[in-house]
Amino acid sequence: MKILVAVKRAIDYNVKARPKSDGTGVELANVKMSMNPFDEIAVEEAIRLQEAGKVEEIIAVSVGPAQCQETLRTAMAMGADRGILVQTETEIQPLGVAKLLKALVDKEQPGLVILGKQAIDDDSNQTGQMLAGLLGWAQGTFAAKVEVGVDTVDVKREVDGGLQALTLKLPAVITADLRLNEPRYVKLPNIMKAKKKPLDIVTPADLGVDVAPRLKLVKVSEPAARAGGVKVADVNELVAKLRNEAKVI
Amino acid sequence: MEREAMEFDVVVIGGGPAGLATAIRLRQLALEHGTGLSVCVLEKGSEIGAHILSGAVMEPRALAELFPDWQELGAPLKTPVTDDRFLFLTRQRAFRLPTPPPMQNHGNYIVSLGNVCRWLAQQAEGLGVDIYPGFAAAEVLYHADGSVKGVATGDMGRTKTGEEGPNFAPGMELHAKQTIFAEGCRGSLTKTLFERFKLRAGVDTQVYGLGVKELWEVTPQQHHAGSVTHTIGWPVDQATYGGSFLYHLEDNLVSIGYVLGLGYANPYLSPFDEMQRFKTHPAIRETFAGARRVAYGARAISAGGFQSIPKLTFPGGLLIGDAAGFLNLPKIKGSHTAMKSGMVAAESLFELLRSESEIGKEAVDYPQRLQNSWLWDELYRVRNIKPAFHWGLWPAMAYSAIDTFVLRGKAPWTLHHTPDHTSLKPAAQCTPIDYPKPDGVLTFDKLSSVFLSNTNHEEEQPCHLTLKDAGVPTRLNLAVYAGPEQRYCPAGVYEFVEEAGTPQLRINAQNCVHCKTCDIKDPSQNINWVTPEGGGGPNYPNM
Ligand SMILES: Cc1cc2nc3c(=O)[nH]c(=O)nc-3n(C[C@H](O)[C@H](O)[C@H](O)COP(=O)(O)OP(=O)(O)OC[C@H]3O[C@@H](n4cnc5c(N)ncnc54)[C@H](O)[C@@H]3O)c2cc1C
Ligand code: SF4
Repeated sequence: MKILVAVKRAIDYNVKARPKSDGTGVELANVKMSMNPFDEIAVEEAIRLQEAGKVEEIIAVSVGPAQCQETLRTAMAMGADRGILVQTETEIQPLGVAKLLKALVDKEQPGLVILGKQAIDDDSNQTGQMLAGLLGWAQGTFAAKVEVGVDTVDVKREVDGGLQALTLKLPAVITADLRLNEPRYVKLPNIMKAKKKPLDIVTPADLGVDVAPRLKLVKVSEPAARAGGVKVADVNELVAKLRNEAKVI
Repeated sequence: MEREAMEFDVVVIGGGPAGLATAIRLRQLALEHGTGLSVCVLEKGSEIGAHILSGAVMEPRALAELFPDWQELGAPLKTPVTDDRFLFLTRQRAFRLPTPPPMQNHGNYIVSLGNVCRWLAQQAEGLGVDIYPGFAAAEVLYHADGSVKGVATGDMGRTKTGEEGPNFAPGMELHAKQTIFAEGCRGSLTKTLFERFKLRAGVDTQVYGLGVKELWEVTPQQHHAGSVTHTIGWPVDQATYGGSFLYHLEDNLVSIGYVLGLGYANPYLSPFDEMQRFKTHPAIRETFAGARRVAYGARAISAGGFQSIPKLTFPGGLLIGDAAGFLNLPKIKGSHTAMKSGMVAAESLFELLRSESEIGKEAVDYPQRLQNSWLWDELYRVRNIKPAFHWGLWPAMAYSAIDTFVLRGKAPWTLHHTPDHTSLKPAAQCTPIDYPKPDGVLTFDKLSSVFLSNTNHEEEQPCHLTLKDAGVPTRLNLAVYAGPEQRYCPAGVYEFVEEAGTPQLRINAQNCVHCKTCDIKDPSQNINWVTPEGGGGPNYPNM
């Protein structure tokens, strides 16, 4: 079985994101970018499945500008066998990414697609679900545990208040949650080896996919500054404040 | 445990201007001569530029020697200096002084040195250099004959107490015919080389300054691209060596920094708070009206100059850049000298590696080549200015004027330095300093500042701020010096907290911004800064 893993280049989780002064987006000039942490978990899971002998080949896919090659090289340094970059300078929304991934799935015929549950930049949490819908495949989102059988896969999902156990028919789409695994450290010699692994570059046009945005970004702004807390003398004052000032009861 | 090893011709420790310039020059020479030469650069930051913090007004001289077509290649030197002011501040007023010749900036550019390094790294990779950010060189390796064999990167995934965690990955050995140390100011491995090879015998001690810097996005009305201001005087007293810089870059960005000599005496002094207070001066604060702060960080600089340059070579390797102390203090510039030293070293190494196939040789002609270059002459001429400040501001200014204008740096004498860690006076002999409370608009506290350095360290790892004697912080530092580490650390890493009724030092290592001040200023040199897991530390954008 082949496995396809989607990896997004996103603002690094250590960086404090800052809106551009004109409100048209987040300031990204010379800001550290990395692989979206949930996608790292997805790659790690694919590698563990390969190490367990369940998977022959891991293909990492990224959609975005030329710099996404670095993200793919990281995936390959972790253990992915090859990479495909769908190169585009324009912003691609979740539906566009899902369509591009579908086109690649049609071509590569993997038995399993693993994605991060969401990217930490826009937190959309949509691509995996949309991809499963477009493919008509089973989906196991928010996966905390994955066990691949002969023609099924067991997925434990993180849901409110516990775990939900599902058995999906293969092929299937899985999205990785935080507790699925802890990704390995990349080793220096593997970074060197990753430079020699195959990396194909295609464009949305090559794949015949229309990626025109459907959503319009209105404005990006800083969250309102938090007002400082106050001490209340007793329960009555608390209730009064909640009712009259906060207007929550 | 057995570590894996990789072999290179040359391994460079540190991806700053010095390390990148040397790697580039080596590969250029190899390509010119059609010979193979493998060059690898290790960088502890998560990416090239992540740990680079500088002013910076850059002299393009070395860059132009390295890439004569740097402008066509798109080097990010976009803002030429247009005007240059030198101010003496009193509490309320600013007096304009003639800009001393070493500080004149015609033909120079205001840059983010981090971005210049990002660009240099691209050029280096294009020339075939292997660059590995996210890997700290943690240990120097030696051959049986005592020559340097290479370095080992740090282990990843150890627990706080040093055991192997679930994701443990041992460090790697990198072996090289020549290992170049380009760790910048107060390099943690360079320090061990000083001892092992007695490289500092017969030269002055190194002295340092701490630069605290912020990057602001100001309103277009307050922005004057190309404008350069330096100040001396207020807020520090005349016995303390300190001064500021204010550089207007492109895109409404203003870089503001305060450099304080670490030879200060009052343990109550806080470089961070001096910087905050400095911004409130009437001549300074208007620039920041309606502006927002976008980044913060701090880094030490080597201020000793000419008389503090150590022996530069040893069997199997050499020192370049600020690790060796090639900073021109009166100019507060070290990026061009860092690059130049790296380029000169590359030329010497290339010859050596071509003629000697064996490993562990010493590039003895590197210092000679340096002495014949403009770098040496430049540092020699300004050698007496910093030590003159030992006499206080006015005598030093008078001396500097005579030294610069009359003697033109050719005075037949050389003034000397004393080590920074010996300069603190006991707290009992000093007055506490009452710094104003931050207003959260122009001035800030340490924690909200450190937040903007984007620093982080994996929490599960041994503390990288090691103490030789765990009792010293309370027994000596707190008892005699009122705990100066709480104040000199610009990231709030050190805190004395009450535990069971007695004060204990708490080390918030995850906040460290790798400025190296604690390693320099601790009165009994009890703090030893070692590399944390690779990739840890600040993530500076545009610094
Ligand atoms: C506040 C301030 C203002 C300044 N202003 C100016 C200015 O206006 N103009 C100017 O020309 N110069 C200026 N300088 C000086 C200039 O920044 C330095 O001289 C220059 O950066 C030195 O270059 P370097 O390559 O030797 O060291 P650095 O720039 O310090 O680079 C060293 C690199 O090595 C890495 N490293 C260190 N140890 C290890 C290790 N063990 N393993 C792996 N990686 C490691 C570090 O992370 C870093 O990236 C300023 C400096 C400061 C602090
Ligand atoms: S702990 Fe030391 S090196 Fe780290 S920020 Fe503080 S003074 Fe600088």
